Amino acid sequence: METTADTHNTSAQAARSQETYDYKVVRQFSIMTIVWGIVGMLVGVLIAAQLVWPALNTNLEWFTFGRLRPLHTNAVIFAFGGSALFATSYYIVQRTCQTRLFGGPLVGFTFWGWQLIIVLAAVTLPLGMTMGKEYAELEWPIAILIALVWVAYAIVFFGTILKRKVSHIYVANWFFGAFIITIAVLHIVNNISMPVTLFKSYSAYPGTMDAMIQWWYGHNAVGFFLTAAFLGMMYYFVPKQAGRPIYSYRLSVVHFWALVSLYMWAGPHHLHYTALPDWVQSLGMVFSLILLAPSWGGMINGIMTLSGAWHKLRTDPILRFLIVSLSFYGLATFEGPMMSIKTVNALSHYTDWTIGHVHGGALGWVAMISIGSLYALIPALWGKEKMYSIKAIEWHFWLSTIGTVMYIVSMWIAGVMQGLMWRAVNADGTLTYNFVETLVQMYPYYFLRFLGGAVFFLGMFIMVWNVWKTIAGEKPVVHTVPQTAH
Amino acid sequence: MIENDMSTFWHWWVVVLTLANIAGIYWLIRWTSKKRPGEVAQGAETGHSWDGLTEYNNPLPRWWLYMFYITIVFALIYLVLYPGLGRFGGLLGWHSGNELNVENSQYQKEMARADARYQPVYTAWAEQDIDSLSRDFDALTTGRRLYLNYCSTCHGSDAGGATGFPSLANGVWQWGGAPAEIKHTLLNGRQANMPGFEQMLGDEGVSNVAQYVLQLAGRSDADAAMAEQGQPQYMTYCSGCHGAEGKGMAMLGAPNLTANAWVYGGSVGAIETTIRQGRAGVMPAFGELLGEDRVHVLSAYVYSLDRD
Repeated sequence: METTADTHNTSAQAARSQETYDYKVVRQFSIMTIVWGIVGMLVGVLIAAQLVWPALNTNLEWFTFGRLRPLHTNAVIFAFGGSALFATSYYIVQRTCQTRLFGGPLVGFTFWGWQLIIVLAAVTLPLGMTMGKEYAELEWPIAILIALVWVAYAIVFFGTILKRKVSHIYVANWFFGAFIITIAVLHIVNNISMPVTLFKSYSAYPGTMDAMIQWWYGHNAVGFFLTAAFLGMMYYFVPKQAGRPIYSYRLSVVHFWALVSLYMWAGPHHLHYTALPDWVQSLGMVFSLILLAPSWGGMINGIMTLSGAWHKLRTDPILRFLIVSLSFYGLATFEGPMMSIKTVNALSHYTDWTIGHVHGGALGWVAMISIGSLYALIPALWGKEKMYSIKAIEWHFWLSTIGTVMYIVSMWIAGVMQGLMWRAVNADGTLTYNFVETLVQMYPYYFLRFLGGAVFFLGMFIMVWNVWKTIAGEKPVVHTVPQTAH
Repeated sequence: MIENDMSTFWHWWVVVLTLANIAGIYWLIRWTSKKRPGEVAQGAETGHSWDGLTEYNNPLPRWWLYMFYITIVFALIYLVLYPGLGRFGGLLGWHSGNELNVENSQYQKEMARADARYQPVYTAWAEQDIDSLSRDFDALTTGRRLYLNYCSTCHGSDAGGATGFPSLANGVWQWGGAPAEIKHTLLNGRQANMPGFEQMLGDEGVSNVAQYVLQLAGRSDADAAMAEQGQPQYMTYCSGCHGAEGKGMAMLGAPNLTANAWVYGGSVGAIETTIRQGRAGVMPAFGELLGEDRVHVLSAYVYSLDRD
């Protein structure tokens, strides 16, 4: 590998005057983001429907809720979200470092490797092969492949940073860098296990410790994969689209270091009132609370970047996608610390409130910032001034926003209702409602959630049409790396 | 204060890392807020540019900073009052109760409060016998609530049972339907064990005995010729538990075969599977979970189920 990379480097130096940005991999990941978005959301809408109409589980084990739910989460987080992050981080790191991607063949390896992992996940999860760890279900051979692709990603990314032609590292790259390092550590530690067959392994950690490591991984997957990395995306596309400087350099320094150091402690709030020792639960709670301000730092920096350009929101649906996604981000990162307070958690834990909270982040923040960024990125990659139809982006924006609101509002009502019904007791100390009675009350909200998800999903087809119209028959653009260094 | 067996090393490891992170964040805020020699004026651009992107040198928003400080202060106060800093249990001496050897935990307090509040109701009912309780509207209401929460998952909300789980409403009692027998079942649980007879009977034997069992149940679909061949084998292998007349034996939990009520299904195929492989039914004990007084009320409800 090193030799190839060196050769690549030397030839790049020889051809410095004609050095171009590597957009091929960015285009590949951009297209796959949309493809996997459709697949992941389709499965999401299907399992939401299964909760309303249980007959849709069919009598085939491969299509039951229990098998498809991890397929949905893996597809939207790692396939859709992951492809969006690869695409934008590769684009941003080149442009802001003023140099072509480092790593030669490793770049292609990250693309094809990642796609292979996704396909393997889509096959093994419905077959019931699973580690049984949430968001880390994939069995050990796939987990090893993920580690290899991730190390290649790190070499490409940090190699590019090292050979940058600007003196300072742009803030977006801090967040992408933290994300890449942390996910490597989390993934490897959480997946240490003993294989018994090719498709079955058991975690190396016992009982409560296993649960703690799982949620240390799980919450930091949220913190670094779904938060820090997408903030990196935000730090490029918001100021680009708004045409304004970032609001505050100081704020980005404080909220970056505070965010990455504090997130590491927050995992235990997933295990309140369990066998986890009290002192660990307390630490998880207080650090989750301190995390509120650093999380909001990113929202403030993004939204305030628009000051002096608010009028652009009226005419630019892409900017609206980006700014509304920051609002959902602010909402979810306020809700999270509140839910981590033990007293609140005693009500919210195990209810659909958690599902609503996650989708406020997943649909409102992750999906909407990615969609907005892609609408800005795709025309640039194919040498077009803008997307084929701005009106269609407008429609997509409203479908996404309305879908997200329907989803989270229905789950708030459902979750609070569940929490209250589960704890209601009669004068004789017996529970007022048995479990099935609480489930029966959920039907209208499960239906509303299904509808919200379907509305959001519908928007993705408008995107497919719009992207097709924008790039069909167009030649991929080649951009030369500018020589003026800052 | 709460005893904790964490070693001194890990105690300080936790304390130092926790406080260092919080102090580090405070230092970061102060350090970043400081004005540096030669820096551009507040509100001006910092002078760096990446791909056309620039940054303002704006100060940290004040309201945001106060919010940050408040959460830090809250965290420190919480860590003084509650467990968190390693072995230090907090000034309030609070404990959730997830470690069972701890006195005065939140769990114990809540349980004591609940006992004080609800126990008198059950103590009063405990003095009445099950038969009279089973005609008491209030007791049946409470019994039904207990049933729905603890029993309905297996036996169904209508007590009609499911495959592997007996109906409680059809008048057939595997372990006896007298009040004392029902209460014994609920308090201590039951374990039934019917062995498989595939080896002894062979395929033909299994089929023949199954037909004889159908005949015992008075079923019109029984094949008389096969049943006749199955009868001696039934006498050899089955009558020990189920009785010569097939009336069963409640003491062993051997079901009455003449009642045409089947825990594992009454089709020819299901009965053959039962004879071939045997069955091992388990009813868990609820005495420890609910306490005898609640089981007493629950027994009255279950006893009332097949009276109509």
